Amino acid sequence: MNELVEITLRSLLVSGSATLLAALFGLPLGLWLGARGRPQRLAASLLYAGMGLPPVVVGLFFYFLLSRSGPLGSLGLLYTIPGMVLAESVLAFPLIAGFAMAGVAEKANPVRRLVKSLGGSELQAYLTLLAESRRVVVAALAAGFGAVISEVGAVTIVGGDIRHATRVLTTAVVIETRKGELERAAALGAVLLGVTLLITAVLVLFGEREAR
Amino acid sequence: MRRWLFPLVFGLGLSLAAGPLRLATTTSVHDSGLLDAILPGFTAETGIPVQVIAVGTGQALAIAGRGDADAVLVHAPALEARFLKERKGVLHACLAKNRFLLVGPPEDPAGVHWETNVLNALRKIYLKGALFVSRGDESGTHKKELELWRAAGLRPQGKPWYLESGSGMGATLVLASEKGAYTLTDLGTFLFMRDRVRLHALFDRDDPRMINQYSYMAVNPKRFPWVNFEAAEKLRSYLLRPDVQEKIGGYLKDRFGQSLFEPLYGRCVIPVP
Repeated sequence: MNELVEITLRSLLVSGSATLLAALFGLPLGLWLGARGRPQRLAASLLYAGMGLPPVVVGLFFYFLLSRSGPLGSLGLLYTIPGMVLAESVLAFPLIAGFAMAGVAEKANPVRRLVKSLGGSELQAYLTLLAESRRVVVAALAAGFGAVISEVGAVTIVGGDIRHATRVLTTAVVIETRKGELERAAALGAVLLGVTLLITAVLVLFGEREAR
Repeated sequence: MRRWLFPLVFGLGLSLAAGPLRLATTTSVHDSGLLDAILPGFTAETGIPVQVIAVGTGQALAIAGRGDADAVLVHAPALEARFLKERKGVLHACLAKNRFLLVGPPEDPAGVHWETNVLNALRKIYLKGALFVSRGDESGTHKKELELWRAAGLRPQGKPWYLESGSGMGATLVLASEKGAYTLTDLGTFLFMRDRVRLHALFDRDDPRMINQYSYMAVNPKRFPWVNFEAAEKLRSYLLRPDVQEKIGGYLKDRFGQSLFEPLYGRCVIPVP
């Protein structure tokens, strides 16, 4: 397989899995926080601050966590794709939860009241809110995905940029730049931008179609 | 969910951890393409895939010193000696050497190219206050640079003309070129970058202080029982084999008219106790 295709697919696998993993926990949390009546200042502050988590610091944290001499060392996850996915999902989580929280805050109460008045349960109220907030979900996923696919600090430390194993588009750009192959680095950068645009466009289209 | 998630993650981790050899290296042997030229032969013979983590000597030893790599390929004899003394590494072997050069702007404002002694060359840069870019990243080249300043009896740290790049050799050469600054570089990276930077080799002599020696070490399995020591031993024998040593010496020799890496056949020119 062409190495460029291989690296691109690996980037999509890592960033996609990390976004989904983060969404699995981040969307419910964001919806729940947003749907609560009074503003949750502490939760909001934590999530918004989390959006600024420095990737290298998260990477270092996971390095120590996953290192063979670290607490989860026996799992052997350092320098593997699952290890990268874990670190990236921590970076995506505050973005997804934060966007979801901010996005549903306005319509949460009307929707809940409506569903309840029609005899619906609390769970049904949340599901309706989710269905009514597809655009918010799309924005949250796009923010999370965009952050992790463009990120280089954490994937370098946790992944190690191993050729044919953990090299992704951003780390490939770094190594080509380091080698002085600036044109090749720029070409990889263009692929990275193109892939991000494509995935985001698909997400937006999906959100629009469902929202109609 | 937790009941199946744990074995899944565990199994995945285990299957990925078994088999391949993890080699933490300095960037120059990787970025120059040397490892891509010689490691596939090892994998073909032994069936052991090699995963290269190219990070610079300081970080390579730090990673290996926690048991996160099975072997290292580095170029900082003093750090290697400490690594061995701390019983983190075993089976040290000298693989190859080339030399460090002082490069700088073609105008050579400090007049470095007249010097036959590298310490005097550095003294000239210091007295002139000419711009100098340091790697500043604990790499083998950075260690060598600090050692040279110390030997010259100078402390350039904190001077306005002393810049620390904190990045790899290629990027540091580009920075030096853009700033019209001097810097210390290994021969291989400079030859690769020569056409892309406005820098000349201003001190390029057979000076024992400027020898750049590359060594291999296996990570001590007594200290880190999970390492793939068997594979690390095999790679050591492979790298020291005469035909592989010749291949290292011949790498890109035609393109540059000189060996990027002169084979040492295990005989160190800078002793590593």
